[in-house]
Amino acid sequence: MKKGVMRPGHVQIRVLDMDEAVKHYKDLLGLIEMDRDDQGRVYLKGWTEVDKFSVVLREADEPGMDFMGFKCLNEDVLGQLRSELIERGCEVEDIPAGELRDCGRRVRFIAPTGHAFELYATKKQTGKWGVGNHNPEAWPRGLEGIKATRFDHCLLYGPNLDETLDLFRDVLGFDLAEQVIAPDGKRVAQFLTVSTKAHDIAFIHHEEPGKFHHASFFLETWQDVLKAADLLSMTDTSIDIGPTRHGLTHGQTIYFFDPSGNRNEVFAGGDYHYPDHEPVTWDAEELGKAIFYHDRVLNERFLTVLT
Amino acid sequence: MGETYQVTEQRSGQTFRCKAGQSVLKAMEQQGLKCVPVGCRGGGCGFCKITVLNGDFECGKMSRVHVPPGAIGEGEVLACRIYPLGNLIIECRPQPAGRLASEHTTTKVLR
Repeated sequence: MKKGVMRPGHVQIRVLDMDEAVKHYKDLLGLIEMDRDDQGRVYLKGWTEVDKFSVVLREADEPGMDFMGFKCLNEDVLGQLRSELIERGCEVEDIPAGELRDCGRRVRFIAPTGHAFELYATKKQTGKWGVGNHNPEAWPRGLEGIKATRFDHCLLYGPNLDETLDLFRDVLGFDLAEQVIAPDGKRVAQFLTVSTKAHDIAFIHHEEPGKFHHASFFLETWQDVLKAADLLSMTDTSIDIGPTRHGLTHGQTIYFFDPSGNRNEVFAGGDYHYPDHEPVTWDAEELGKAIFYHDRVLNERFLTVLT
Repeated sequence: MGETYQVTEQRSGQTFRCKAGQSVLKAMEQQGLKCVPVGCRGGGCGFCKITVLNGDFECGKMSRVHVPPGAIGEGEVLACRIYPLGNLIIECRPQPAGRLASEHTTTKVLR
């Protein structure tokens, strides 16, 4: 049941070297630099995104994800969800408006997987970059590199998938769209949606809490994915795997790493989900095909290389 | 630039060439060897952790989680972020059985 959480709104990613990171996310991935703050954080977004930013880079001496934020319908919904999180036993931290530039107050909590999530309802809207919303052209000129259209989802690794699903479903209104079930019946991967997308957030079971697998960005077509692969080779960027297709969600994809070792994905296509749909289930024995539909075998790096 | 050094991985006994300014991991990959595991190639994941037993090198930035302060002095570094200044003898960590034999793994990793 929908609870007023709308969509993934932002992710803050730690990078070892800001100049290298900005070059990667801006010049190669094609995000638009929107702002910087006095902490040295850099704010970016995909050109189709209406809100001011969706990716925040922070220089640190270990890479990984600081937090992922979901945007809620309005401040009333945010207040209600804050109360429900507390009733549920979650410890919430109130982050004041303006801590992220042009973003309203944020309610932060730690999921049972060990990851920090935030809810917020207010962020400055600068409109789709280069086209606006009045008689808009199809796309703006002047985009760089892979021309990523939007921040789409994250895949995170950690323990306690059942408790995390309960929290996201019961309190935040997410649905289980796809899952991987081990022979003993244990769910080892879960893809959750709060929209009609196949995933807005995904988790894979891992003993160590709070690990970051990837942040994903949406492209329109398979041809765009191939061109992304060309650009990754042209720039000698570290590729993990692809271009290929996933069994899970059926998206067409390529995985690569930013200069600090954080994994990125760009993908096109993929399945859709409505609240009356039963979850799609993959057996863990078919995991190779579930993750890489054509190779049908896993590379160890995909499962174990995390930040 | 222009110098080429020899890198020897002691556990496997494999030897490869590495140009000045080139990372040890990249040189190994270019020559089709697999004696050091390859992860993110960006100093972040710690997959390619090695000990430099002998030889001088320069370092790029590496995650503090995998290379804590003081570790560089002990030669404990990430192969993707070191650049030789002379011939090197390195040793990677003990590998789980079978990893060197195959890039692929089974679903057991997920359990």
